[in-house]
Amino acid sequence: MTLSDMLFGCLIMAAVTYATKCVGLLLVRKQIRNRFLQSFLYYIPYSVLAVMIFPGILFSTASLWSGIAGTAVALVLSYCKRGLLVVSVASIATVFIAEQIIALIA
Amino acid sequence: MKFSRGVKDGLPIALGYLPVSFAYAITALANGFPPWFPVLISLTNFTGTGQVAGTDLIAAGAGVAELLVTMLIINIRYSLMSVSLSQKMGGGFPLWQRALLSFGVTDENYAVCIRQPRKLTFPYMAGLMCCSFSGWLGGTALGALLGNILPDFVMSALNIALFAMFVAIIIPASREDARVFLLVALSTAASCLFYFTPVLKELSQGWVIIICAVVCTTAVALLFPVKEIAQEQADETGGQGGGE
Repeated sequence: MTLSDMLFGCLIMAAVTYATKCVGLLLVRKQIRNRFLQSFLYYIPYSVLAVMIFPGILFSTASLWSGIAGTAVALVLSYCKRGLLVVSVASIATVFIAEQIIALIA
Repeated sequence: MKFSRGVKDGLPIALGYLPVSFAYAITALANGFPPWFPVLISLTNFTGTGQVAGTDLIAAGAGVAELLVTMLIINIRYSLMSVSLSQKMGGGFPLWQRALLSFGVTDENYAVCIRQPRKLTFPYMAGLMCCSFSGWLGGTALGALLGNILPDFVMSALNIALFAMFVAIIIPASREDARVFLLVALSTAASCLFYFTPVLKELSQGWVIIICAVVCTTAVALLFPVKEIAQEQADETGGQGGGE
C-alpha cells in the first residue's frame, strides 16, 4: 500500500458514504412510492450484514474454537435482545476466556 | 429541543461506538495501515460497516470499481434512512443545515431521531450527532494509539467485536420479522457457498458482498414486498409526497 493508494481509497469511501447519506435529505423530500425499491432498501442492510458476518466471524480470532464460542454468545445474547454494547463486550470476553482455556489445555 | 438535549441522547450512542471504533482501528493496524489512517477514515466517513469493508478492500489492493460498488451497496441503506429522516424533519431546515446533518446519518442516530415524538430541531440533531461522532472518533484514536501496544491475545479477542455488533443488529430483527430471518438465512448460505467452494472462493470479499446481497435481497423483495415503511412519517407531514 502506498500513501496515494490510501488517500485515494479514503477519498472514494468518503465520497460514496456522504453521497448515500445526503441523497434523501437534500434531494428526496417526497416519499418513494415504488414498492419494489422500498422493499429492496428495507431489506438490503440485513443481507449485507449477514454476508459480512458469516462465515468470517468464525475465523476472526486466533483459534476456530474461540471464534465459535464468541459467535454462540453473540447469537444467544442478541436473540435475548441485549444492546450492541453488551453483545460486543460479552463476545470479546468469551473469546478472551476461551483462548486462555485453550492455552491451558494445549 | 436544545443542543444539550441532543448531547444527552447521544451519550449512550457514543459509549456504544467506543469499543466498535476501537476495534475498527485495531483491525486496520492488523491489516498493516499506519495509525493515522483509521483516524482519517473515521473523521471523513462515520459509518461502521462501510469503513470496515472499505479498509479491508484497500488493504487487499482492490480496484476502484470494486471499492466504489461495495461502498455503495453497503451504504445504500443510508439513502433509505436519509429519505425517511427528510420526511420527519419537514421543510423547516435550510440547505446548509441539511448538508451538514447528512454527514451524521448513521443507524443509531437515525434510530434516535425517528423515535423522537417531538419535532426535530437543528440544535438537537447537531448535539446528538456531535456527541456520537466524538465517541466514534475518540474510540478510533484510542485504538490507533494502543493497538501496537496491546498484546496479541487481547487483539485477537477484540477482532470479534465488530462481528458481534453486526450480529446484535440482524438477530433481533430476524426474530421479529420472519422475512428478515429468511433473508439472513439465505444470505448466510450464499456467503458460505462463496467462502468454501473451490472456484468461487477466489472472488474477493467486495464482489461476494455485492453479488450475495443483491441477489438475495432482490429475491426476498420480490417474494415479500413490504408495505409502506415511512407511512407514519408521511402522515405527519400531511402526505405531501404525491407520486414519484
